[in-house]
Amino acid sequence: MNVSRRWLEAFLGRPLDSKDLVPRLAMLGLPADAVEPVNAHLAPVVVGQVVELSRHPNADRLSVCQVDIGAGQRRQVVTGAPNVALSAKYPFAAVGVTLPNGITLEKRKLRGELSEGMLCSADELALGSDHDGLLTLDTESPPGTPILDVLGLGDDRLVLDVSPVRGDLLGHKGIARELAASLKTPFRLPAVPGVNPAEGYPVRRAEGRSGLLNTGLTIAIEPGCSCRRFTAAVIEGVTVGPSPEWLTRRLEAVGQRSINNVVDVTNYVLFELGQPLHAYDAAKLRGARVVARLANPAERLITLDGADRTLGAEMTVVADGEGAVGVAGIMGGRDSEVTATTTTIVLEGAWWEPAATRLTRKALGIVSEASQRFERGVDLWGVPDGLRRALDLMVAVAGGRVLEAIDVWPDPSNPPRVFLRQKRVTQIIGVDLALATIEQALVAIGATVLAKPDDGRLAVDVPGWRPDLTTEIDLVEEVARIYGYDRLPDDLRPFRPGAQADAPSDRIATAVRSGLAAEGLFEVVLLPIGPATSPAAVPVLNPLSADHGFLRERLLPGLIRQAEANWAAQVRDVRLFEVGTAFEGAPGRPTETTRVAAVVTGARGPAHWSEAGQGADLDWWDLKGLFERAVSLANPGAQVQVDGGDLVARSTDGRVVGRASTVVADAPPWAGPLFGLEVDLHDAARLVPPFVAPPTVPAANRDLGLVVPWAVTAVAVVREIQKIGAGLLESVAVIDEYRGAGVPEGSRSVAFRLVFRRRDRTLKDSEVDSAITRIRGGLEKQLGVSLRTS
Amino acid sequence: MEPTGYPELDLLLPRLDAVDGLVGDAVEAERIAILGRKQGAVTALLKKLPDLEPEERKAFGAAVNRVKQAFEAALDARTAVGVGSGAAAPAGLDLTMPGRRRWVGAEHPVTKVVAEICDIFRSLGFAVVVGPEIEDEWMNFFALNFPKNHPALDAHDTLYLSDDSESREGGKLLLRTHTSPVQIRTMQSGPPPYRVVIPGMVYRNDPFDPSHAPAFAQIEGLAVDEGVGMVDLKATLTQFVHRFFSPTTKVRFRPSYFPFTEPSGELDVECQLCHGSGCPACKQTGWMEILGCGMVHPNVLANAGVDAERYSGWAFGMGPGRVAMNRYGLPDIRYLYSGDMRLLRQLGGTD
Repeated sequence: MNVSRRWLEAFLGRPLDSKDLVPRLAMLGLPADAVEPVNAHLAPVVVGQVVELSRHPNADRLSVCQVDIGAGQRRQVVTGAPNVALSAKYPFAAVGVTLPNGITLEKRKLRGELSEGMLCSADELALGSDHDGLLTLDTESPPGTPILDVLGLGDDRLVLDVSPVRGDLLGHKGIARELAASLKTPFRLPAVPGVNPAEGYPVRRAEGRSGLLNTGLTIAIEPGCSCRRFTAAVIEGVTVGPSPEWLTRRLEAVGQRSINNVVDVTNYVLFELGQPLHAYDAAKLRGARVVARLANPAERLITLDGADRTLGAEMTVVADGEGAVGVAGIMGGRDSEVTATTTTIVLEGAWWEPAATRLTRKALGIVSEASQRFERGVDLWGVPDGLRRALDLMVAVAGGRVLEAIDVWPDPSNPPRVFLRQKRVTQIIGVDLALATIEQALVAIGATVLAKPDDGRLAVDVPGWRPDLTTEIDLVEEVARIYGYDRLPDDLRPFRPGAQADAPSDRIATAVRSGLAAEGLFEVVLLPIGPATSPAAVPVLNPLSADHGFLRERLLPGLIRQAEANWAAQVRDVRLFEVGTAFEGAPGRPTETTRVAAVVTGARGPAHWSEAGQGADLDWWDLKGLFERAVSLANPGAQVQVDGGDLVARSTDGRVVGRASTVVADAPPWAGPLFGLEVDLHDAARLVPPFVAPPTVPAANRDLGLVVPWAVTAVAVVREIQKIGAGLLESVAVIDEYRGAGVPEGSRSVAFRLVFRRRDRTLKDSEVDSAITRIRGGLEKQLGVSLRTS
Repeated sequence: MEPTGYPELDLLLPRLDAVDGLVGDAVEAERIAILGRKQGAVTALLKKLPDLEPEERKAFGAAVNRVKQAFEAALDARTAVGVGSGAAAPAGLDLTMPGRRRWVGAEHPVTKVVAEICDIFRSLGFAVVVGPEIEDEWMNFFALNFPKNHPALDAHDTLYLSDDSESREGGKLLLRTHTSPVQIRTMQSGPPPYRVVIPGMVYRNDPFDPSHAPAFAQIEGLAVDEGVGMVDLKATLTQFVHRFFSPTTKVRFRPSYFPFTEPSGELDVECQLCHGSGCPACKQTGWMEILGCGMVHPNVLANAGVDAERYSGWAFGMGPGRVAMNRYGLPDIRYLYSGDMRLLRQLGGTD
């Protein structure tokens, strides 16, 4: 909502400073998105007084003036204006000022005489079309005063962010009411030239759903449509033309272009009272009827914006005897628009259901000043006030005569009464507020309050412009707001801690993140919606673009794209991970799993001079180590196994909960191999390893170099060793692998380190020797694995 | 030190005098040679004590202990001078050459912000809970008191996953537009008091541009108990701001509107760039909006099965991404979705 500071001043009858206004409005719940000075381009133009005047020595039509520009300074100005006079005051623009026509003034010589700046005409300041002479300022203000102040053109446009439930704040009156409450001053409708507020046109209430005006025009509301109240008036003999300056300025101050006096009046009332109005050219209405009704199937209307629209049967229209002339509460029709030749006007001021207005404007894709207000709720009880205000203004600025005004309101009602308990105020706000304080706050927003001391309640008749106030809690909020959030204390009171526990899944995710960061990886957050990665991907029904049309099924593809982006930026060492949600289609509702995925490529560690540029790249064994780490963090208890060419993680119940492998990507020739992994997060109870006292007896280490056929895996050898050595063997580890000369074809040499220890006593060499013999025998027999002899 | 009269002890005294001249590793080597549990010369003498006659044991033991303490004092004095102080570089090493390092990674800036927020609220008696990202209309909107067909819904442009509003009990499936459904889930899970913070990803049908993203992080809090009022909201969130930013950061609590809270508010902190004097980042107001909050609407409590007359409470929600952007001075939200290693190393502080 654009608000004019000066318009508010007119309501409050006192000057306002935007520096004070902005925080004050913010504390009322009306933050400003921006404060824009109006006519800012004229800000540097000041009052200049001609203190010496002489004819230009070299040009008959030019005068040379010494101009007092305030602060004891003078400038010489050469002017060709015929009306320049000694002692008179004119707008002065100094060297460096840019005029509205885009010209920036420079110091220059005119026929040999120096001119430092310019005395301006109204035309040059875009204040009118009079360019015959200088704009004479009839003012007491001393030289140097900004002309914005002298001419009363200075204004600020406050762009306010109005809450979606406060339709009343979409008019200056509503904002003035809030400010009056905050400043504790009265406010009143601004006086307007030519309008006597004591008078006012009577608006006759019609019986039932329709009314006949003395002009023969019938106004009606058909059942089932979104209209609750329809007021209308006929004005004849208007002269459509330009608006007076005060009206143009008001509208320009809120960012509205002046169209003509009739349309401007409706816009003025919209911005003043928040009541949208529409003026029809009576001569263009067919049949003597204006009716609010549901649209006929496939009814069409060319709206004011020139669009040919097909209306839906659920939409409400305003129609004449033959068809729609406007979309209710949203936009009028082009064919009944007021034009320069219009002489008789039908003026509509109505009330349309907020939800229906919203559905229609969404369906038609139009947002208008009117629809914004009806959607939020216009004052049902104030509709005739808007019409009356407009009639006053219309006659004042466009002439003519009001023939009759009528009000069709089939189901009249009163604004609701809401009860408020003082103890509820105390409970919700947390401080004891006196009944008088509560009452004051409610009166300030326009409510009527009846104290009911016997049951500790207040009966509150809420004002018609506040359809958002329907329950007790709504009133508590108003009390808190008007009392002032800033007045509430902010010291901590005792509290009970919550009865909830931290979510285990969040704890696991935290452990995964810090664990993988410690492994040298960087966490990224990627969009969980993107293009389809498989035909089974879950689609979003209404994506803004096809790029964001599906839920991701896996995290890894997104990370691979990021690896490619790094390569494209000539970054070779990439180590990324993400913890996030993956989605899978399922009957009823897609399933969600939290996963961790990672990609790594490039050098194993930061380059160091000692490696002479020969530092190793990450390889399969780095991947396997990283995968094991990721699995132990993300899915404790799951085991890493080999599955064909991949590594998989299996949970204790045998499900695959993770996978790691090399990944195919669009890699430049200089890139290292790219590895990827993805593991489900499983929020199992924390695994606590059992306590085992560190051994106190020494161990016996034996290394075995074995010839292992390729068909036999290292893990098979380890298992066999463990099986045979059970009881004596503490651990077994692979310590070396050798391939090549000296090893039989189809085999490799693998060295294992076996650590023997009993917890209760030191083993004898003979015991260890005999275990080794048994192990060798077993390996030979079961796996065909023999001791390496060469 | 005076001679002790025991030759095996007096033999060590010249080495005691020499301790003062020891530097670097030599100090520790001497400590091991004299006092070490296995190799120490004094230790070896102490081990002999049990074999001596009681009278002799007493006198000799005292002498050994005096020498031991003298060595300890002298060696400690040298150690206190500092590690390697005055030591010459080992021969053949130029220690100005770069050291060998290993890769160091980092958590995402938003993760760090979320973690800091969770830590502060944990210390204020809150637990961290989470919930699903797919919800239905009832959970995401109607349980939270959003009116149907109302402009309040405009701020929540929603991504829908199903159109079966008639057939499903909770209405259409959607990607949650805020973490607030987890408030409902928490309150349905057991009786009050509730004190939880809820981090998570939320979704909006917004373009991916410098100031919008279709998916972003949110964190939300809920505190419900008997006798909880707006003053508790204001006090707790002020505490939070003072711990998160600084104890002197100015805070402004002003009215606002949300369907799920009433009274509703917004919390502004003094602009972290201009510190209140006004700049483009704070629209010249000197304030930066950091979170929305309010007293949980009685309809929300009732919808979640909580007695709204007996219990009251407050909730807040904020965008940690926005906080991270301010903290790191990111001009475009899309940097938060980048996998660019150069940026991540810089933001991670690991360069």
